[in-house]
Amino acid sequence: MPMLHTVNKSPFERRTLDTALRHAVKGSAILLIEDGVYAAFDGTVVADKVKAALSDHKIYVLGPDVAARGMSEHHVIDGIDVVDYGGFVDLVTEYDKVQSWL
Amino acid sequence: MAEPWEDDELDGPVRKFMYVNRRAPYGTIYALESLEVVLIAAAFEQDVSLVFMDDGVYQIKKEQNTDAIGVKNFSPTYRALEGYDVEKLYVEKESLESRGLTTDDLIVPVQVVEKDQLAELMEEQEVILSF
Repeated sequence: MPMLHTVNKSPFERRTLDTALRHAVKGSAILLIEDGVYAAFDGTVVADKVKAALSDHKIYVLGPDVAARGMSEHHVIDGIDVVDYGGFVDLVTEYDKVQSWL
Repeated sequence: MAEPWEDDELDGPVRKFMYVNRRAPYGTIYALESLEVVLIAAAFEQDVSLVFMDDGVYQIKKEQNTDAIGVKNFSPTYRALEGYDVEKLYVEKESLESRGLTTDDLIVPVQVVEKDQLAELMEEQEVILSF
């Protein structure tokens, strides 16, 4: 059953995103929040891995956490959707359940 | 005769302090705590240098706007360090590049150093504090 996976750790410091992707079935969604948002940008050493994941998963990134960190929504990888807090709530209701990878 | 507590100058030894910042700014408290300790060392007129490496480079990313997350944006404080004579700011080149960043993305002027130069700078220090 499709699930929403949230990831809140930087992909440069922890393996949380890798673990989430490894355990996420096709059709489930990934929402990047807090320091997890650093995975959402083009031009980084993790960008190719994230782009590859887009073929199996919808990927979202939380806009307020992007802005807080001074990162630009213009540099978000194509195919990743930026959502606000209302969008976060919508995703939680849209998927069957939520797994928060910490 | 001036009493000791009236002395303007602190007579203690001046040591070379290096603060190594390796964490992103808001996910943990490390970046803010480091900044507080740096300001204390600067108040005691120590020879302070700061390093930003790994996710620490994100601490000095321009245009941070924390309005929507309800947390204080402390990034402007890095621009005030110059006023405390903290002017040795080093950024590791490899850390910037792996995150797709350049010095144009940073809110303060820094010296970009490669990892080998950074290792030498660390060897020159008397005290290294890692956050």
